[in-house]
Amino acid sequence: MTPISIAFLPLTDCAVLVAAKEKGFAAEAGFDLRLIRTTSWAETRDRLVYGQAEAAHLLAPLAVGVSLGISQHRCPLAAPFKLNVNGNIFVMGTEFAQALDPDPVHRIEDPLATAHDFAAAIGLYRRKPIIGMVHRLSSHALALRYWLASAGIDPDRDVAMPVLPPSFMADALRAGEIDGYIAGSPWGLVAVDRGLAETVMVSARIWQRGVEKLLAFREEWMESNPETVDRLLVALSAAAAWCDEPENRDELAALLSAPEYINLDPRIILPSLSGRFPVRAGAPPADVPDAMIFHREAAGFPWRSQALWIYSQFVRWGFIQLSAENERLAGNVFRPDVYRRALGASGLPMPGASMKLEGSLSSPLPVGSSSGTLTLGPDRFFDGRIFDPARIEEYLAGFDT
Amino acid sequence: MRIVIVDDSGLRATVLEDGLREAGYDDIHLVPPLGAWVAKLERMAPDVVLMDLGSPSRDTLEEMLAVSRALARPIAMFVDQSDEAMIGAAIDAGVSAYVVDGLRKERVKPVLDLAIRRFRAFASMRAELDEARTALAERKTIDRAKAILMESRNLSEADAYSLLRSTAMNQSRRIIEVAEALITASDLLGGKS
Repeated sequence: MTPISIAFLPLTDCAVLVAAKEKGFAAEAGFDLRLIRTTSWAETRDRLVYGQAEAAHLLAPLAVGVSLGISQHRCPLAAPFKLNVNGNIFVMGTEFAQALDPDPVHRIEDPLATAHDFAAAIGLYRRKPIIGMVHRLSSHALALRYWLASAGIDPDRDVAMPVLPPSFMADALRAGEIDGYIAGSPWGLVAVDRGLAETVMVSARIWQRGVEKLLAFREEWMESNPETVDRLLVALSAAAAWCDEPENRDELAALLSAPEYINLDPRIILPSLSGRFPVRAGAPPADVPDAMIFHREAAGFPWRSQALWIYSQFVRWGFIQLSAENERLAGNVFRPDVYRRALGASGLPMPGASMKLEGSLSSPLPVGSSSGTLTLGPDRFFDGRIFDPARIEEYLAGFDT
Repeated sequence: MRIVIVDDSGLRATVLEDGLREAGYDDIHLVPPLGAWVAKLERMAPDVVLMDLGSPSRDTLEEMLAVSRALARPIAMFVDQSDEAMIGAAIDAGVSAYVVDGLRKERVKPVLDLAIRRFRAFASMRAELDEARTALAERKTIDRAKAILMESRNLSEADAYSLLRSTAMNQSRRIIEVAEALITASDLLGGKS
């Protein structure tokens, strides 16, 4: 057995790692998999960067940020596998939500209209709204900034965005320290379940195939252990396929609810898998298609264009300068070459390209694949913009902020 | 040198603070990560912030370090990345240290060494405490099992204990397991114990 340690934060999207351990996919591939539960992204990052774990369940923008040197010690990270697509939920306290469309399902379905309602609601509110974020370098923060800015809201001026761990958000909301928050499943659903908040936006409606968590390694470790990495990816890919099967959802929610993982009632975890989201206490749930994808559509494939989209948003918000060197460092974090090497013989549909136009598909599309048939799902941004990784400057010039 | 300890475990913070004071540092402040603690920390303008590696409040602190204009000098985790042995020891002991830019390595190293030793001492203290608690709970269970045997089989305390022990040895189990099984069985059979 090969011992391997992977650090994770308790969230629905650590599902693939939990299934790999609990359903035997890791053991079958010869791994003694040790999952290290952490309480903050800083801790997950440090355990990976300073070598206490071989890999980590990591926010995609944080992996890019660490590699660029904008999150403490710079360390080149490499992600050959995505652990999921989508999964974040933005909720606001019931008082603030009153100023928005009274039907929460409408709010979710029309993010553009809701962004404008939100802008108007800021003026009516008794203070600058305080929105809890899980991390500055998170897909959540980037989605929220993108959405707010679409209605002319300057996220650095018009709202306050303090950082809190996801599991602390609902309590902070109840204590009045924040007015709302954006967090990964299932933590977004907790405040709705307790009647403290209503759903305002879900990330799957901002970017239909939003990049979310990665399996990240230190680049140097990944390069020196190719056999281990390939074998691990095969095990995780099988675990991801299991997680994606609707008939396994109840069992998966029960596994995740254990104290050593999320430590929360499976009743609250299940909607983040099924996409039947509670939107307001007592109201019928909303159906959010593709709330979280683990395997289908080659969800694990790390498109370099997605790393570059993250980089483009870092430049947009002034986290880093636009430069050929930064672009290269950011793009190198996603490693489709390692994904292909590890899973090439598995018979899984394998994308032929490593980059694509992000946001160009409004309906499922069969695409070039070196094995099997691959159909990519709709991946539109709600404002219809298309990101061409070869023309980042032009893309950025198209935004007011 | 102003040192701030951010910790929600009062005992660990005290253990660390005492050590630092003994070593001659006197500008030490404890800040529990509650309420408006980030603003408080900013006003203090610390040179070094010591924190449990696993504290849920680290992301909050790092966000403050990333956006704050109140701090005159940048502050970052660890002081000198070249000292890998020390950083490794700190991570193993569960210490994270944020140090203001420009503070010399020789001045920070003793603080960090001390924090590492005190964090380790605290961890083993806690382990001992847990062990003591478990031992106490086990002794109570064994006492109850002995009482059941003494009453139902009319044995002396010494004989009750040796019966438990020989049963455990014969079944290759721990005495505590046999005692627990006996109590469960007795409860099921309606015994008063």
